[in-house]
Amino acid sequence: MLKVTGLNVSFRTEQGLVRAVENVSFDVAEGELMGIVGESGSGKTVSLLAVMGLITDPNAIITGSIAYRGRELVGLPSKEMRKLRGREIAMIFQDPMTALTPVYTIGWQIAEQILAHEKVSKQAAWQRAIDLLAEVNIPNPGEAVHRYPHQLSGGMRQRVVIAMALSCNPALLVADEPTTALDVTVQAQILDLVAKLRRNHGSAIVFITHDMGVMAEIADRMMVMYAGRVVERGSKEELFLSPRHPYTQALLDSIPPLVGARPRRLRTIPGTPPNLLNRPAGCAFAPRCPQRFEKCSADPQLPAGARAAACFRVNP
Amino acid sequence: MTAPLLEISNVSKRFAVGSRFSSQGLRIVNALDDVSLSVMPGETVGLVGESGCGKSTLGRCITRLYELTSGSLRFAGTDISSLSTREMRPLRRRIQMVFQDPSASLNPRRRVRDLIAEPLRVHTKMGSEEITARVAELLDIVGLKPDHAMRFPHEFSGGQRQRIGIARAIALNPELIVLDEPVSALDVSVQAQIVNLLADLQERLNLTYVFIAHDLSVVRQVSTRIAVMYLGSIVELGDAEDVFSRPSHPYTQALISAVPVPDVGKVGSRGRVVLTGDVPSPINPPSGCRFHTRCPIAQDRCRNERPVLRQLGASRHVACHFPSAADQAAQAVRP
Repeated sequence: MLKVTGLNVSFRTEQGLVRAVENVSFDVAEGELMGIVGESGSGKTVSLLAVMGLITDPNAIITGSIAYRGRELVGLPSKEMRKLRGREIAMIFQDPMTALTPVYTIGWQIAEQILAHEKVSKQAAWQRAIDLLAEVNIPNPGEAVHRYPHQLSGGMRQRVVIAMALSCNPALLVADEPTTALDVTVQAQILDLVAKLRRNHGSAIVFITHDMGVMAEIADRMMVMYAGRVVERGSKEELFLSPRHPYTQALLDSIPPLVGARPRRLRTIPGTPPNLLNRPAGCAFAPRCPQRFEKCSADPQLPAGARAAACFRVNP
Repeated sequence: MTAPLLEISNVSKRFAVGSRFSSQGLRIVNALDDVSLSVMPGETVGLVGESGCGKSTLGRCITRLYELTSGSLRFAGTDISSLSTREMRPLRRRIQMVFQDPSASLNPRRRVRDLIAEPLRVHTKMGSEEITARVAELLDIVGLKPDHAMRFPHEFSGGQRQRIGIARAIALNPELIVLDEPVSALDVSVQAQIVNLLADLQERLNLTYVFIAHDLSVVRQVSTRIAVMYLGSIVELGDAEDVFSRPSHPYTQALISAVPVPDVGKVGSRGRVVLTGDVPSPINPPSGCRFHTRCPIAQDRCRNERPVLRQLGASRHVACHFPSAADQAAQAVRP
């Protein structure tokens, strides 16, 4: 349903061109949960902001193709995009306060979203708001609609944002680190909620996280990003059980285990991710890679196919 | 048996919020409620719990950034809870702190050299050449290059900034370092580097750590013992690996089972205790056991009587009326 092909996003800055996203391609099928993992600055958020048409910076240059159910979104007039956004494609952010206004009740905010996209009466919209709050497990939804965001805890606010995102039954839900700011016990509640909503609504979800544990729990397919590019993609099982790209392997190795013997030292990835202003020639991960060899000074390409890694060790 | 380096006895900390004239009046937040904990020399005590459980408040009380409401703190045999600022000064160099956000604790207008030299200038009579030599040595210890000394904090990545914060904390050869979420703001790959660095420094400089974090797998990796906190109190205390493999308190069980494990084979086979609701407000905490509102095995007794932290087994302390039942539950939860 969503097909992104050769997406590039660059920003003109005083220091030069920052290539935040380079040649990223992926697709998401109906009802599927696609996970995107990567560290900060790997381009995962920027790629999804591009999908949502939310990059409005005049210094941004977006090329490539984003097709949603056969419709091209790159270059779509903002008025058209606005109709699509909220009704068919919804987004959840890491910090729920960025999506909520502090001066209106949460019921008003959910109802407004419904009224903006559908021809229903105010009473019907208000009732829908109550039903949605009940669906995301907010206790006493009839009372909760009258509350303001500051009266709710972080987990509750994130539920309200999810309720808002679901208000028009979107076919595609984009979630950007929705549980990162939450405590683990609340995160577990939200992940259960996401699983339940998938069953009930059948929405496709693109889920960004840096937490491999969260990915292991919810994803169907995954892709790993590094320095603005996709370095590996495959099913969740393939990526976790037989990671091919050295970066994916190193990422999995550097997580301290929760069970079993504790390693005396954690395996680390030396160095830091490259500066996108002057990314190293060849493979961007090569300076930190334990398996680099002569060939890595050339640029590795990500082969087509559902299971692929952009590494010369894998594709000589 | 060696004497503890730090003895926290019956420490409470209350904050007043609002004012007498606000709509809800002056309210009291019980951030820490009768916390006792001993830290032995050379060990790492991990403090874990959800936000608002009081772990950071405890860290700040230890370093005397907050005044205690009641209770006492003994550091290396001296009662430090009632020392004046002046009397505290010679002890400050022995107790240091590392914060979560290194960029917030580093002055952006000063060079790394000056940032690291500052504690040396304040607390020692070192000459400028000695200080330069010591700064170079410290940079080397934390894995930064000598030419980094002349740079400003904004020129560094998050991991490198945390290294600067650590260099500053160890500059005066402290005995105790309170680390408040030192790796939470870092990416996974960098986080592992800092965790290893902290372990190396502990061995090399004979340091004692109080390690505060919400990431349970990191705490398990670094800690000798773990104190699990809930709503201002310690609910379980024990050896790190043991607490994780056999949690006794139902809250500890729920907390551990809620952590998503990056192991595809194990997902689904793990029993999970999902807690309902949120942490209650510390302004108006529940009666009896503070956890009873969310506890899956709560009984009448839990609503009325507050359990005390008591010893259970050789090295475990639990504040629960029904820890044995909890222990059986652990069998089911165990990953």
